[in-house]
Amino acid sequence: MTHPFEGVKVLDFCWVAIGPMTTRYFADFGATVVRIESIHRIDTIRTATPLKNNTPGTNHSAYFANYNSGKHSMALNMGDPRAKDVALELAKWADIVTENFTPGVMEKWGLGYEDLKKVNPNLIMFSASMQGRGGPFSNHPGFGPVLTALSGHTHLTGWPDRTPTSPYGAYTDFLLPRLAVAALGAALDHRRRTGQGVYIDMSQLEGSLYFVADALMDYAGNHRVPVRQGNRHVSHAPHNAYPCQGEDRWCAIGCQNDQDWIALCKVIGRPELAKDKRYATQESRKKHEDEIDKLISAWTHDKDAFDVMHRCQAAGVPAGVVQTCEDLFNDPQFKHRNHYVFLDHKEIGRHAYDGVEFKLSEGHPTYQPSPLLGEHTEWVCKEILGWGDARIKRETESGLLS
Amino acid sequence: MLSPYRVLDLSDSRGIMCGKILADLGANVIAVEPPWGNPSRRAGPFYQDDPDPEKSLFWALNASNKRSVTLDIEKPEGQAVLKRLVKDSHFLIESFNPGYLHELGLGYKQIKKINPALIFVSITAFGQDGPYKDYRALDLTGMALSGMMYLTGDTDRPPVRVTSPQFWVAGGASGAAGAMIANYHRLLTGQGQHVDVSCQQAVARALSHAPMIWDMERYNMKRQGPFRPVGQVNLRINWECKDGYVNFIQPGGHTGGRSMMNLSNWMDEEEMGHRVLRETNWGEIGFGRLGKELLDEMTPPLERFFKTKTKRELADGALKRRILLFPVNDPKDVFEYPQLIARDFFQKVEPPLGPDGQKTMPILGPFIKTGLSPNEAIRRAPRIGQHNDEVYQKEFGLTSRELKKLKEAKAI
Repeated sequence: MTHPFEGVKVLDFCWVAIGPMTTRYFADFGATVVRIESIHRIDTIRTATPLKNNTPGTNHSAYFANYNSGKHSMALNMGDPRAKDVALELAKWADIVTENFTPGVMEKWGLGYEDLKKVNPNLIMFSASMQGRGGPFSNHPGFGPVLTALSGHTHLTGWPDRTPTSPYGAYTDFLLPRLAVAALGAALDHRRRTGQGVYIDMSQLEGSLYFVADALMDYAGNHRVPVRQGNRHVSHAPHNAYPCQGEDRWCAIGCQNDQDWIALCKVIGRPELAKDKRYATQESRKKHEDEIDKLISAWTHDKDAFDVMHRCQAAGVPAGVVQTCEDLFNDPQFKHRNHYVFLDHKEIGRHAYDGVEFKLSEGHPTYQPSPLLGEHTEWVCKEILGWGDARIKRETESGLLS
Repeated sequence: MLSPYRVLDLSDSRGIMCGKILADLGANVIAVEPPWGNPSRRAGPFYQDDPDPEKSLFWALNASNKRSVTLDIEKPEGQAVLKRLVKDSHFLIESFNPGYLHELGLGYKQIKKINPALIFVSITAFGQDGPYKDYRALDLTGMALSGMMYLTGDTDRPPVRVTSPQFWVAGGASGAAGAMIANYHRLLTGQGQHVDVSCQQAVARALSHAPMIWDMERYNMKRQGPFRPVGQVNLRINWECKDGYVNFIQPGGHTGGRSMMNLSNWMDEEEMGHRVLRETNWGEIGFGRLGKELLDEMTPPLERFFKTKTKRELADGALKRRILLFPVNDPKDVFEYPQLIARDFFQKVEPPLGPDGQKTMPILGPFIKTGLSPNEAIRRAPRIGQHNDEVYQKEFGLTSRELKKLKEAKAI
């Protein structure tokens, strides 16, 4: 068994979420990923909860760890004018340079694509930014679930009679890395065949639109503006989350066609409803959706959510427990697929990381814990830059390597 | 970038995104559809609300840049043709229920014998094996089982999904990533392989820090409606304005403080300012350090101000004054958003079923920009079997006689 990205070298300036999650796929599959970071400008996610013992510390965040497993961390103070030359040396070594700063930051350091191409003509460079390079909003700052507001996700999440909620967290930051990995994989292939490097500019907003495409295409084709509908579906009914036994427990159930409905009627012990004309077709069920929801809730409310799901599924009806994070860690399917991986981090100790969401029959990922800040500075200086001990000592003392 | 590669895309709406990504990256993607059309052509929305399989807008986007041939793989003649196609292809994408292709003699292990270098991508709700592999899934139930729904929605109502499918799109995107990782492996070893995607896992990787909080603190994060916990308080993130909503947050810290000061000045200019906003030293409040008392005092004046302006007015003002405020775009706003227009993101294609007077329809442009193929036009989605002759005869060398026989057998 070989590692798919064995021999691939990534110089990684990424921070926070989208960038680090992208380069984690490379580390997981055997590439050497060198993260450039600095104690003077700590990646904000390094201090984000959850933290070991709930105490602050540069190396305490399990959130950070989850996106940086298997990488090498090099401390380099980019505020030091000498850092540029070190970075250029590393760019010569690299196949890929990645970054997701506000547009202009890399250029300000003299490390924009045009600069890097001079030292490494067939370099692949990946830049991601919130709204892309160029355009009036290119440099507009933002935090948190801003992209889902811009993409339409927020508008489409929640209840029609209320203020929209947003999907949880910086949602699309965690979807787009898959597009980025596909593009970088294609760029590596292209370069291998042609010797030509590639610059990849990802606007996180533009990529996010692919994850809300159904609603956008309805506007594109029909000038209709879809609105959030709770859990309801434009044509299927029933289609909702139903209350189950216990506090805040729910099971989602949906009927894609009339057969599903007939099967569900049997499951909930009301086979006579299957013959009721009011509920005979999707159209008529849509009209009586509130009533139907009550009928289903009357059956679910005193039952265990998992029991509800298993009974529906046994009858071939689509159903899924609204799982909490605790449930995910106990999910038999996740256990079977080894979704959560437990690794020993030098400061945090043993804790959970997401595993890769696909299995490759010939190339298992190799999971290694996330690095401490600067953990591999000496290794990078020796193995990649070829520095001797004296120089490393001197530049550590001078603050360049910090 | 992927021009030398041929991709057979057998997927339905559950895996269709994967081939779309590879097609946008330049691969030669051939949708292999049953003679009556890919099931995803029955997925809405439909152009002019006409549920004609040639008028699916879902297909119009997700099959753009692909070509189409028809093939009934349940017929022996069709199976024979598919086996011939895989010999000269580099990728196969499918999203059937686990085991279906194997029963037809077309599963990965069987196909591998014909072409060991083929990369075979399977996109399913839960993966090819495990206790839930045969469970049926809809976007709704998938979002529930992958943990996203519990975290999303108002506190006093049931958890919700996004009212536009997410589950399969996430899995399709992961399939493209997996395919490209497997492709690099093939470059090194010559070997193909099976990429087995679980959409449940694909979505569970998008839960931010919530699973890690369970792991480290044994606490289940909960849905918060339009609020987000920052430090000790719940901050409103979505606010009502004159014609909809805007996203605005005051998390404290350097950038947050400057943004708040700028907003306060703007409100003063419009004579809608407030003493608390004016007199607070925003620069001194660290990230996540905003107290409840201050929050309660500052909220009503902000609510009043936002309601006097439209999303666009607020967003333009925020841009000029560097305020952390963004419009909550609806789909119409997205197509009119100045940043997307400035970057020339949208393209125009003929609407489904072809020229409709002089009309064209906007469509999403490429998900990345590269210097290699700037301004490359998106090719409109194919009609059912539009490329049968071109692909079967010119690319795979089937004779007209063979084609005729296949047509007679209703295999294509």
